[in-house]
Amino acid sequence: MDAILIQVLNGLDKGGAYALIALGLTLVFGTLGVVNFAHGALFMLGAFCAVSFQQALTISKQVKDESITFFDAYKEQPYLEIWLGDTGTAIIDYAVPLSILFAIPMMLIIGLVMERGLIKHFYKRSHAEQILVTFGLAIVVQEVIRSFFGSNPIPTPAPDIVSGSAAIGVMIGMSENLVYPWWRLIYLSFSITVILAVFAFLRYTTFGMVVRAGMADRETVGLLGINIQKRFTIVFGLAAVVSGLAGVMYAPILPPDYHMGMDFLVLSFVVVVVGGMGSLEGAVAAGFLLGILQSFASMNEVKAILPGIDQIIIYLVAVVVLLVRPRGLMGRVGVMED
Amino acid sequence: MLQKTSLKSNTQIMLIFALVVLSAPIWLTPIGANYPDLLQKFAIFGIFAIGFNILFGLTGYLSFGHAVFLGVGSYTAVWSFKLLTMNVIPAIIFGTALAGIFAVVIGYISLRRSGIYFSILTLAFAQMSYNLAYSVLTPITNGETGLQLNSNDPRLLDAIGRSEEVIGIPSTTLFGLSMKGYSGFYVCAVVLILAFFLSLKIFRSPFGLKLLAIKSNQTRMRYTGFNTRPYLLTAFVISGMYAGLAGTLMAITDPLAGAERMQWTASGEVVLMTILGGVGTLIGPLLGVGIIKYFENIFSALNESALREVFDFLPDSMADAVVFLTHQFVGEGWHLTLGVLFVVVVIFLPGGVMEGINKLNGWIRRKFFDGENNVRNNSSEVDQKVTGSAGEQ
Amino acid sequence: MQSSILRIEGVNKKFGGLNALSNIQLEIEENKTHAIIGPNGAGKSTLLNVCIGRLVPDTGTVTFNGVNMIGLEPYEINHAGMVRVFQTPEIFPELTLLQNVMIPALARRDGLYCFDAFKDMGKQTKIHEEAEAVLEDVDLIKFRDQLAGTISRGDKRRLELAMGLIQHPKLLLLDEPTAGMARHDTNRTIDLLQKIKARGMTKVIIEHDMHVVFSLADRISVLAQGAIIASGTPDEIRGNPVVQEAYLGGEEL
Repeated sequence: MDAILIQVLNGLDKGGAYALIALGLTLVFGTLGVVNFAHGALFMLGAFCAVSFQQALTISKQVKDESITFFDAYKEQPYLEIWLGDTGTAIIDYAVPLSILFAIPMMLIIGLVMERGLIKHFYKRSHAEQILVTFGLAIVVQEVIRSFFGSNPIPTPAPDIVSGSAAIGVMIGMSENLVYPWWRLIYLSFSITVILAVFAFLRYTTFGMVVRAGMADRETVGLLGINIQKRFTIVFGLAAVVSGLAGVMYAPILPPDYHMGMDFLVLSFVVVVVGGMGSLEGAVAAGFLLGILQSFASMNEVKAILPGIDQIIIYLVAVVVLLVRPRGLMGRVGVMED
Repeated sequence: MLQKTSLKSNTQIMLIFALVVLSAPIWLTPIGANYPDLLQKFAIFGIFAIGFNILFGLTGYLSFGHAVFLGVGSYTAVWSFKLLTMNVIPAIIFGTALAGIFAVVIGYISLRRSGIYFSILTLAFAQMSYNLAYSVLTPITNGETGLQLNSNDPRLLDAIGRSEEVIGIPSTTLFGLSMKGYSGFYVCAVVLILAFFLSLKIFRSPFGLKLLAIKSNQTRMRYTGFNTRPYLLTAFVISGMYAGLAGTLMAITDPLAGAERMQWTASGEVVLMTILGGVGTLIGPLLGVGIIKYFENIFSALNESALREVFDFLPDSMADAVVFLTHQFVGEGWHLTLGVLFVVVVIFLPGGVMEGINKLNGWIRRKFFDGENNVRNNSSEVDQKVTGSAGEQ
Repeated sequence: MQSSILRIEGVNKKFGGLNALSNIQLEIEENKTHAIIGPNGAGKSTLLNVCIGRLVPDTGTVTFNGVNMIGLEPYEINHAGMVRVFQTPEIFPELTLLQNVMIPALARRDGLYCFDAFKDMGKQTKIHEEAEAVLEDVDLIKFRDQLAGTISRGDKRRLELAMGLIQHPKLLLLDEPTAGMARHDTNRTIDLLQKIKARGMTKVIIEHDMHVVFSLADRISVLAQGAIIASGTPDEIRGNPVVQEAYLGGEEL
């Protein structure tokens, strides 16, 4: 029972990331009708927002190391610590959560620039061309990141206070051995919060209503004289922020590296396909579902019977779904049916 | 009134093509592209791109899974070397055939959908294969290290009739002709010529026209009495086998097979080459391959000191800035250049170099040979794509 | 009585609560031109879609030459000899006009699937000749090498017709062949269809334009609100009060 619960939690927090990315992707596809192969890159940019924020905070200078007395030794000490002492250390410690403040405007700008600069020229072009140009863009982003940050994953730790594990077992009245890392629990709550915020936004604001209308029937909305272009830009920016946030908070869980974007890209499309292209609820549901499936597939007992299943389970599921129920779990009939 | 077969007859084209390819070591010398490694790459990727073009160019179906067939071809070839013989013929046969089988399976499933769903299906298969190759299938693929030859490979067929021990690792041969160096290139070149000939036939056949019609309006094709699925599957399998063949040749000229070849992003490279040259045209993909591989060769080798030499003539401060900027795009940054090129081509010249040439042709013709009506210009552009019966009169 | 080549019996089709087709009973005789008319929303398109395999009826049969057509794939129905000419032209825009008509000709000659990758398109003499002949028939031969996407809409419709004719259909289904046409185009189409009629071909025409219907039809069936309310010769239909009422503020008969 313990093991199963751990796997469920594992799956949920991974699923949270999947759900967030898929949510952004569906927003873009459902509203703008654009297939965005640079979406994984947005997730990665978010993660690297955290990285660069942390690196900025820890810009250091050489300082004499007082603890070593018999020869002159030097160590690196971050300016922030020098200027602000303990507060400085604390700030550095909380780099990842604080970077959210940096990431939101940053991702928004990136999203706006991407849309205005490139994406909007491709609304009328074929899906194949959209795929190709965003794929090219994804490569450019990937290589730029590589040239700035190198090829190795960059550890971006969570704040010290949450680096341990929570004794969940004790909390819910089960075995003492049931523990789960604090940060991952935080991530899970964080992703659920963001998802709810997005849904609330879409449900309760006028803007959100227009977006939902646009997702249901783009042509009519345009005919109604609503300036859909400006809204497209904002929607894209929103999607970029959502994916970026997913990436920011994921940095402590998976040290960001330049290949992250492409890895998560395939995943995000698989999730969207299983959930149903054009369905926001479907994207979220499929994200969590696939996260859990993948978790269970990586249990040793399962791997003993079906070796390697954890590597391919979500792709298998996608293949089966595409063949058996092409509109996905919750997609509407007629969206993208050929 | 019978149309004569379009621009040139098949024989004429093949003679010119064969001549150009076989003499490549000569005419590529002035631009420093005449050494065996690079020439082999031209031929191998040329085969890959021709095959990919048969699918993407003629049917419009964008597959990200062709890297899988490349990998299958490579792995099969290396296993043929290890188990059977260093002779390349079995390697080619088995590699291409096995790639074909994979293509039938992946194609059959993926083609049940079309458009972006098809692309995502191929993406899923590519990722699956890559993951499996790195994990569970390590006995076959040797995972991250890659599959290599070693001296105690059985090589059963070679062993028949052999009396002494073989020391070390022999090299791949074609009945005794070593596959290294220029002879290796010439074998690849012959294969390229044959591959090109096949694609020429396909482009000019009723089959090719039907594929183009499917690309143009698949629903209509079905209402006109064609079951489009087998046509698409055939095109998919043919292009998959081309990829397998290319993978086999890769292993022949460099007996090592790694899983990174099967990543879906590796499929991206062939897409770029095809598009850069001109999707749907006969020689477009080859142009694309030539351009990309040639500049890859140059750019990848450029490092900072070489750049400094190039920009030596500039004043120091300017030189610094320029070197810094260009440095991002060369050496390891070659992939960045590729990405940018990708984006630029798709935005501004989606028909690739061939479209550029056509446009130039048309411009020249209008400027200097005024009087042709638009109809002719249209049909000659179509010619470049579908050299079929709408020939010039 | 002449044999009926197409027999529609007891066909019903519901969409949700809407009875799109109610107990349709129709027989099309060979070598005759049978027009199906009716006000908008009567179910004409639905009926057509049922015939060519795009829709499966809830009940009933569609028998063509004695063979049941229901559940067959579109390409199978086409090969059985029932060919549809689309109302909105569904041509191949990136191919030339000649290529557009050669494709259907190839379908007839080669069947559902044929791996003819080693033949030379340029050497398919017979196909070329047939294609040119049919383009001349519809008076589009001068555009033979032009891309089909660049010709006018009226020309596209004639191309559509050519694509249907080249297949030597046993039954040609024409979906509002003159919809949206100007007077002279309509007359041209009528002349063309009469030329074809003279060669002896079974045709089912779905039409709005009464002039066309009465110039061409041997028999007329009137569809209203999913049911056939009258069937007979043009004279019979003309004088039928039920029919006149069905056409509210109707066309002059």
